[in-house]
Formats: sequence, structure tokens, C-alpha cells
Amino acid sequence: MREPLISVQNLKTYFHTYGGVVRALEGISFDIYPEETFGLVGETGCGKSVTSLSIMRLVPNPPGKIEAGKVTYRGQDLLQLTEDQMRRIRGSKITMIFQDPMTFLNPVLTIGEQVTEVIEIHQDLAKEVVLLKIEDLKDKLARAQGNTSAGRAVEQRMRQLEAELETPPKPRRRELKKAALKRAEAALRLVRMPDPEKVVKQYPHELSGGMRQRAVIAMALSCNPDLLIADEPTTSLDVTIQAQILTLLSELEKKIGASVLLITHDMGIVAETCDRVGVMYAGNIIEVSETKALFEKPLHPYTRGLLRAIPKLHKDVKNLETIPGSVPNLIYPPSGCRFHPRCPFKMEVCDKEFPPMLEIESGHSVACYLYPEK
Amino acid sequence: MRARDYIIRRLFLLIPVLIGISLVTFTLSHMIGDPIAAYLTEGSIEKISPERIQMIIKAHGLDQPIYLQYAYYISDILRGDWGISRADANRPVTESIARYLPATFELTIVAVLLTLAMGIPLGIVSATRKDRLPDHAARIFSLTGVSIPVFWFALMLQFTFFYTLKVLRLPSLPLSGRVDQTLAAATGFHSITGFYVLDSLLQGNMAVFVDAILHLILPSFALAYISVALIARMMRSSMLEVLKQDYITLARSKGLTERVVIYRHALKNALIPTVTIAGLAFGGLLAGAVLTESVFNWPGMGRWSTGAILTDDIAAIMGFTLVIAVVYVLANLIVDVLYAFLDPRIRLG
Amino acid sequence: MANTSIRGGLKESPHMRELRYTVHLLRQSPLVVVGILLTTAVFVVALTAPWIAPYGAEQRIWGERIQPPGPAHWLGTDESGGDVFSRLVWGSRLDLSIALTVVGVACLVGASVGGVAGFLGGRVDEVVMRITDIFLAFPALILAMTIAAALGRNLTNLTIALAIVWWPGYSRIIRGQVLTEREKPYVEAARAVGAPTRRILLRHVLPNSIYPLLVNATLDLGGVILTAAGLSFIGFGAGAGVAEWGRMISDGRNYLFQAPWMATFPGLAILITALSLNLVGDGLRDVLDPRLRR
Repeated sequence: MREPLISVQNLKTYFHTYGGVVRALEGISFDIYPEETFGLVGETGCGKSVTSLSIMRLVPNPPGKIEAGKVTYRGQDLLQLTEDQMRRIRGSKITMIFQDPMTFLNPVLTIGEQVTEVIEIHQDLAKEVVLLKIEDLKDKLARAQGNTSAGRAVEQRMRQLEAELETPPKPRRRELKKAALKRAEAALRLVRMPDPEKVVKQYPHELSGGMRQRAVIAMALSCNPDLLIADEPTTSLDVTIQAQILTLLSELEKKIGASVLLITHDMGIVAETCDRVGVMYAGNIIEVSETKALFEKPLHPYTRGLLRAIPKLHKDVKNLETIPGSVPNLIYPPSGCRFHPRCPFKMEVCDKEFPPMLEIESGHSVACYLYPEK
Repeated sequence: MRARDYIIRRLFLLIPVLIGISLVTFTLSHMIGDPIAAYLTEGSIEKISPERIQMIIKAHGLDQPIYLQYAYYISDILRGDWGISRADANRPVTESIARYLPATFELTIVAVLLTLAMGIPLGIVSATRKDRLPDHAARIFSLTGVSIPVFWFALMLQFTFFYTLKVLRLPSLPLSGRVDQTLAAATGFHSITGFYVLDSLLQGNMAVFVDAILHLILPSFALAYISVALIARMMRSSMLEVLKQDYITLARSKGLTERVVIYRHALKNALIPTVTIAGLAFGGLLAGAVLTESVFNWPGMGRWSTGAILTDDIAAIMGFTLVIAVVYVLANLIVDVLYAFLDPRIRLG
Repeated sequence: MANTSIRGGLKESPHMRELRYTVHLLRQSPLVVVGILLTTAVFVVALTAPWIAPYGAEQRIWGERIQPPGPAHWLGTDESGGDVFSRLVWGSRLDLSIALTVVGVACLVGASVGGVAGFLGGRVDEVVMRITDIFLAFPALILAMTIAAALGRNLTNLTIALAIVWWPGYSRIIRGQVLTEREKPYVEAARAVGAPTRRILLRHVLPNSIYPLLVNATLDLGGVILTAAGLSFIGFGAGAGVAEWGRMISDGRNYLFQAPWMATFPGLAILITALSLNLVGDGLRDVLDPRLRR
């Protein structure tokens, strides 16, 4: 049994609004393992984004509040950390990318400024700085050509610096900025950004949608995170760019060895990119399994409805299949299993209490009374 | 280079506005009284000889049809002949302006500095501590600021910081004027630029320097209160808007401290809408200067103009209106340029 | 189904629902409630002046000049024996009526001009924009001063001058709103159905553009009072001895140190009136902001 990288247990997040209390997350639990892509899929409004914000503890505080639950990461409960401790994890160990890169990038700061600031606060660049200086001197030496006295002075300085590498001194601000900028350009190159040296000086509105999303990904990956939360990263992009970004994400994930929590409403993306999937409905997780198993043998009636609703190219369909009814109001949600008003298999017990999540087959769990405890 | 084009375009747009302003002043001058009165040095129209009247009429085209009169008016302005100010000891209006504009500027500039130094931080504090005590206090302060009659506030300041302190035998602030005349005379102070604070420094006259600053305190506070309130309110609401934006969420998700989020990410964006009302606030300062100068007997444009209007001094009224309007227009232009520089989307297209 | 809601068994229209929501929001902010109460109080004082003022506006009692506040004269008397309290009460009628007239006329003229300009666009719009630009190139007080000087220094001309200064602002607001609304689908729909331009403007576009106008008008009531008082203070508008708040401050200025009540109370009256109007205006602005609703 592998140890999960991050384990969400019974997470409850409510929003206290004028109209009432919106019970956005009603005790969800799931695990994400190291180096896997976990997809969180569901309709708009089911609580996928709230989940990611809750894990990062970025839920806007006046209306929203994490009422209960545990998020275990590397032996710590993230919900119990101080704000300072959480800040050190955000942006470096657990990072996030969002849906619309235009609104999520600060219009008055350059791409360079926005990428370097992550690097500057999370990374200890003292060693970098020394290495950069050594690089500079190497260039000078190469140009010196020959055994001049100036050349010898440079060599001496280089040896001094190499000695410093073990315990590098505290660098000055300017040197830090230079080192951070180099790292930022490297990060941009990693995400296949064309012309990084130029982009670094540009503003978000000067880039195309795909480039902006690459920049955001660069920010998220620049400090080698363990977990990257991607909240609908391709929804606002063109289909062709979508494909590029998704390919990029899976490449990088392998290169860096990070896990990805991919939040989406697009089953197609799930099928292509995710190792495991969790299906959400109205604030609950109702099914978790490996991707292949989910598509081949969906257990929960809702999952089945979702998959049936995808139009198939090889069949001739007159009408599109839908799930009757509409998404419930989360201020006054249905009792018990929130799907019961729309479920073709509703039983007596379904509106009494929410069904427990049971592992039916290896790695495939579902929360539905159709599948009783063995 | 979009920025340069933007500035040039704005300068071109200035021209119709300037023409419009001159049309307004021209029309109004004809409504106030006989235009001849603007060019009289002798005080009143009865005292002068018919030949002199004819001279003036010929020189300024006052017997011509109205549209030609306007042409004469414009050429007079551009030549520097703005008429004679009866209210100001029959000086040429241009000379009056040269005497009084620096005084008003000195007051206004100090008020502007106060506005920036107090208004912006107040707005930020208000927004970041929304609905808590500092916010409530700041909002009451601002609300009072935009509801208070500036001239009355000035009087209350005088009463408190001059009269009451004096009665209590405590050190008090000066009542009126820019500088203590006896002190100035005793130390041989004379004006070079018209900015007393600057002049006293240039002459190494520390006594007058301190005195000039003391004289500036009450009037500039009275004047600045309203614009501090305006800027604070605007900063508060634009900060609140900005803090709701998505890029602030992203900034926080990067693990940046709240301080960095506010001062590096939010502030610059919040300043943009605030700058757009800075021009309006400046206009308010100019208007307030008129009232404040009256209360503090400050020898500036405001006092001169009120005297002029109360004595039907046509040339002075027109000159003063023209100057203030041009200054206001230029200030708005500067604000527009500033706005373009703050927002790279406008600067780079 | 989505249009009506059932409340207490009765169906109500969307308008009623919006109104109820507005009132609810307004009630939530204590400052706004204070503002509404104060404004009502000021208007009540103005309306009931003949009954609550113990003395007439021009009444002078030479034997009781410059008396501090006391039982006979609640806020003291001025240099010619006029009762400060009574003059304040009478003055409220003056200042409020000036404010209402100015804002009312400016709104009507400004909204009409701006609405037409915004809707027709093209040349008309350009011309109107230039004209408003010229008016807005002057700070309000200074332009009003100059116009009042041109027309002659009395209260009626002051009112006219202020109205002239204030209308361009409203025309800009309405023009902006109309420009945005004009592009919206419902206007195209109305046109497609064959509605004449005037009907579209009056029944569809204008009602939706009213909110910012309403907010600004309320806030400007305070602004006009402040400007009118300021101008009376320097010597325009109200002549010497008239019971107008700004004038009273100017008259009381000479006795500022010996008899501070003469200048202080009229200023407080202006402050309270403008403050309450600003509170209401602010509250309206927050409440009517479509993004903050719900």
C-alpha cells in the first residue's frame, strides 16, 4: 500500500450568506498519491473549486469557513497550521493554477516580476548567486585568452568563490534579483515559452492566451512542488491550445515528479490525462476509482448518467441523453444522498442518511446504497 | 510608442477646450459690464477724456462686430494685454496674476502634498481593516470632510488654534497672512520666486522660513481636508474592488505575505481609478482656495478675485477665470498622463 | 416560474421583490438609517418653520443684541438682535429650496441632453461632448462665481448660475449610461419589434440608466448647499442680513471671537444637512450597485 501524498478527510466548507448557509462541501474525503494525476470531476457548482481553495486555505473568509475536516500532508494537518507555516507551503510545495489566465495575472506587473517573486520568497538563492558569479568569471576568462596577469587575477577570484560554495554568504538584493531572474527564465523555458528573455519584460495583456497560461504554469512549477492543483486550466482556451497545455502538464509532472489535482467538468480530459478520478456531486464525492475502471464500469447512477450524456460519434443519436431534474440548491440540499431526487434507482433509505463510501473493487469506491457492505 | 502618441493626442484635444474657455470668458466679460472698463487706468469712466476713450476703443476693436471683437480679444491675450485691474490698484492684470498666483500655488501645493500623504494611507488602512474600528473612524472622518463647508472649517480652526490657545496662554498658530510683516522687515526678507518658503531658504533666513511654514499650517489643513477625504474614499473603494480580483487570489496562492500582496499587487492597481479623480480633487482645491484665502487673508488669487467680483472689475475677473481654467485643464492633462503611465495597458496598447 | 416568488402565500412581482430587497439592504447599514432620519428631520424643520421658529427671519430686537445662547434665545442672537435659532430654521427653507431647484433643473436638462446625445450618437454627440467639456473645464465654484457676477448678485441669479454649472455633469452620466444600454440586446429587440426611437428611450433605456443619476443627485444636493453657502459667504447670492446659512457665517465672522455662536451654528447646520444627504447618497450607491446585490 502506497502512502498518500495528501489525504483529505471529511472536509466541510460552508458559506454564510444573506440567503442562508451554503453547504458547499459536506464532508468530502479522498487521497492523492505521489506522482499521479487525480481528476476531480463534476458539474459547475458541485464544489470542485471550493475543494481546491479549502486545501490551500484560500477560502474568502467573510462568507466562507472551513467548518471541519483534516487535510494531511507530510504528516501535518494543513488546516491546523499557522498562517505563516501555510504561506511557506503555498507556492512552493503545493501550488495552484487557475482557469482564466487573463484575470489571474496582475495587469500592472511584468511576467518577469510575477514569476521571480515566487522564486525569491521560497528559494534560498545564496548558492545560485555564487554560481552565477563563477559563470561570469568563466566568461571573462574565456575572453582573456592567455596567461595575462588579469587572467591570473580572475582565476584567483574564481577559486575564492568556489570555496564559498559550501557556505555561501548572504547575497545582496541586486544579486538575488539576478539569480531569481535566471531561474524564472529557466522556468519559462521549461514550459516551452517562446522567447523567454523577451516575455520576462512584457505585461500580461501583450501575450496570447496560451502563453499566459504557460506563464502561470511556470510560476506554479518554479519551486518544484509536490502537488499542483489545476482548476479548470484549459476551459477558457482554444481547443488546440488546450491540447498543448495538457500535454505540457503531463510532461512536466513526470519531469518534476509532482502530483496533479486536475479539476474539470470535461470527461474527455479526464479520460486522457488522469490516473485516478473522483466524481463530485452537490458537495459530496460519490465515486472514486482508476480512470479506466470508471469509464468501463461506472458504479454510481450519477456517474452513469454523466457518461451516457456524452454524445458518441460512432452511434447515430436522435436525442441527447440527459439526467432529469437540476442541480440542488446547496442552502436547502436534499436530505441523505443529495442525488436521490433525480436518481432512477431511489430507495427508501436514500433520503435518510448519506451513504458511506465503500470499496467495492480494488481501488474503486462508491457512496451509494445500491452497493451494500459485503 | 503609444505613450507619446497619447500625450500628443491629448495636447491637441486641449486646443478646442482652450478656445471654448476663452469664448466663455469673452461672453461673460461682455455681460458683466462695458468692456471699456477693462482697459481703463484712470479708475472710472467719467474721469477720462473722450479722446482717450476713442483710443481704447480703436486699440481693442470695441466698435467692431462681435466676432471681430473676439479676434481682438484673443490677440490681446496672446500679446499679454489682459487689461487693468481696478481692484488691485490699477495694476495690469498680468502683473496682478504674477503677484498672486505664487501665493495660491504655494498653498495649493502644500495641500496637494497633505492630500497624498494622508489620503492614500487612510484609504489603504480603511480597505484592509474593513468594517473594523480604523475603517469606521476613517469613514466618519472622510464623510465629514466632504460635508463640511471649507470656509466654516477654516473659521473653526482659527477659533481653536489661534484664539483659544492664546486665551489659554499657550503657543498658538498665526491668524492670517503669509508671514509676519514686522519679522520680515526686521530680517530683510524679500521675495524672489513668490514662494516664501523657498525664498527664505534661498536667503538663509531661518526665522522667516519657520514663520512662513507656521502661517501655512492652518490654511493648508483647512484647504486639504476635503481632498484628503475624497482621495481616502476613492482609495478605499478601489482597494476593495482590487482585493476582490482573481489575481489577488493567485498572488496569495503563491505564498506571498499579505503585506506584499497589498503593497505590490493591489496598490498600483487601486491607484489607477484614484488618479482619475485626482484632477477633480485639484479643481476642488482651486475652488476651496478662493474661500480659504478669504478667511485667512491670504494674498492670493482667491482674495484678489473676490475683491474683483465685488467691485465689478471686469479685467480682473476675466483674467483670473482664464488663468484658473487653464491651470485646471493642465492639471487634468498631467493626471491623464500619469494615468497612462500607471496602467501599462494604456501605455502599450 | 422564475419571475414570481411566493412570500407568505402572496405572489409578488419582481419589482416588489427588488424594492423589498433594497429596503432590507438599506436597513442593514446603521449609517444609512441615521442619514435618512437626519435628512427627514431637516426637511421637516424646513417645512414646519412657520410653527417652530419663535421669531421671524428678519425680526430684530435691538435691545437683545449679541446675546449668548440662553432660555430666551436658544442659540443666541446676532449683531442686530436677530434670533439665531429662528434664522437657522428659516434659512433651511432657503438653502433646501435652492438645492432642490438647482439639482432638479440640472437633472432634467442634463438628462435630456445627455440622453439624446448618447442615443443619437454621431455629430450631435460630438457637439454635446465638446460643450460639456468646456463647462467642466472650470471648477464649479469659480464658474458659478463668474456667471453670478455676470448676471447680477442676487439669490435668483445664484440659483441660475448653479444650475448652469451643474447640468453638464448629469448629461455626461446619462450619456454614458445610454451608450452602454444602447448596445444591449433588449434595445435591439425593441427595435426589431418596431418600437419608435422615442419610446425606446423613454420606456426602456432611461429607466435603466437612472440609478447613477439618482445617487449623484442625492450627493449633489449636499454639494450645491455647500457651494451656495460658500458663494453667499464671499458676498454673492444672499444680500447682507438675509437668513441664509452661508451669509450668516459671513455676518458672524466679525464677531468670531467675542460671539462665536453667530458663525458656529449656521456652519453646523450646513454640516449636518450635507452629511445626512451624503450618507443617504452613499447608502443608495452601495445598495443600487448591481454587482453587490445578491
